[in-house]
Amino acid sequence: MSRYLYYPGCSMASSGRSYRESIAGVCEPLGLTLTEIDDWNCCGATEFVGVSISPAYALIARNLAIAASERQNGEPLVAACSACYLNLAKADAYMMERPLLNERVNEALGAGGLHYDPGTVEVRHLLEVIMHDVGLDRVKAAVKKPLTGLRVAPYLGCMLPRPDPHNRWKNHERPDDLDRLLAALGADVVDFPLKTECCGGHMTQIAPSVGLELIRRLVDEAEDHLADMMVTVCPMCQINIDAYQGEMNAMFHTKHKMPIVFFTQLMGVAFGLDPKELGIGRELTDARPALTRIGRQPLATANPEPVRRPRPDKRSLPMPSMPANDAGPASKAPSAEVQQ
Amino acid sequence: MIVSQVRPVGEASSSLEFLDDVSARTAGVSRLEMCIQCGTCGGSCPSAGDMDHTPRMLFAMIRAGMEAEALRSNTPWMCVSCYHCVVRCPQGVHIADVMYTLKCMAEEKKTYRDKTPPNFARVFVSQVGRFGRSWEIGLSVRHYIRCYLTRLPRMAPMGLRLFLRGRVEIMPHHIHDKKQLQAILRRARELEQVQ
Repeated sequence: MSRYLYYPGCSMASSGRSYRESIAGVCEPLGLTLTEIDDWNCCGATEFVGVSISPAYALIARNLAIAASERQNGEPLVAACSACYLNLAKADAYMMERPLLNERVNEALGAGGLHYDPGTVEVRHLLEVIMHDVGLDRVKAAVKKPLTGLRVAPYLGCMLPRPDPHNRWKNHERPDDLDRLLAALGADVVDFPLKTECCGGHMTQIAPSVGLELIRRLVDEAEDHLADMMVTVCPMCQINIDAYQGEMNAMFHTKHKMPIVFFTQLMGVAFGLDPKELGIGRELTDARPALTRIGRQPLATANPEPVRRPRPDKRSLPMPSMPANDAGPASKAPSAEVQQ
Repeated sequence: MIVSQVRPVGEASSSLEFLDDVSARTAGVSRLEMCIQCGTCGGSCPSAGDMDHTPRMLFAMIRAGMEAEALRSNTPWMCVSCYHCVVRCPQGVHIADVMYTLKCMAEEKKTYRDKTPPNFARVFVSQVGRFGRSWEIGLSVRHYIRCYLTRLPRMAPMGLRLFLRGRVEIMPHHIHDKKQLQAILRRARELEQVQ
């Protein structure tokens, strides 16, 4: 079992509860041990840093200092929420980059008897740990009930692949990590063009029309690709698309019903765990009807044959063909004459 | 990596004071001086349509020393922190972090025009200072009462449905060592005042 320090983040206790439950479920089959760090505090999300900067980074660095003191032999600190991951990673990177910030943050930490040297703790996201440390072979070996026939749109959101302060992602705009993971579970993966577009984050709270428009784009696109559900790695994306879908439908007079679940929930389903224990059914847009598609034939319309218009004869002029007076198309008759 | 600042010949340094100030206060190395005004940022921005100024224009204003106008702009508040501009910027400007700096400055000088976003941030910050964790339902309810009282009845059913699915924490979670966290935040706030 490989051991990691774990920073859950505040939403795991409330809106992201199904994420917590499903992570707890899939750790054992994957051989992961996540040890929650002691008495962690909020990472500040995107709000704290918009009020004052040094306190925001001191807030994050308290968690890094705690993680550094709990390390036994260099375990990385894993976060599953994209915003928590980015805040922790960014604080570490910026304290290294700006000596002034490092000085201030450490002086503030000193008031609480703590200290943090940037670069000590390696901050990583759960998806990346599963892809790189666990590996797809192990994931495939753990699959007992492949998700055949379930059409999923992988949705990473912004803060995991960008701005990527430690240069871990090869592609910041169209990474295929989540696609490959879901394909390993046997799902029918949609090539989702908006996979790293924004869900609006806190915009649903402070400028609803802006946030709801961003949600509409995502849900519309997933629906256009005939996805049964969207799959995410971030509690913020999940609640925005799940809970605000009703508001969005009311604003745009649409009738979308696009469920969105966490990738760990689908992993649990594929590993044969009880869906209820994975928190499936906690979504406001119920994912259970879509999950009944597992094992059935993929939708016949899912990959429609492209409609091909008949090509015009190379020798005829590029004119619209008119209905013929006689039997047979008019364009063919003259060309036949030419052949003779 | 500290970027040397290029000052236009013959221009008074006073107009660059604001640029220097923004750069100095940004958490990482902002590289704001390196902006070549290409507009990739605005073209990549999902909320550019709702902004008073595109990021490119805002940076030009900062460079021109238009402090009052820049701090009144709604652009930083419309930034969704998606970092599309940051990874596409050919000059590596930390655009999202500059937006955070501008928010902090507007918050200090109370120059914002829409009070909703700063109110939300302030409620969030005060809660985290009190409990050590964020408390979603408390935050939403307080925010809606302060800013969107008329929308509250429409949001209540959603809150109830989330509650019935076990996704609402009735009481906030308090961390054990709140005293330590509060001492750290107090000291950090004092340091932030020193420029």
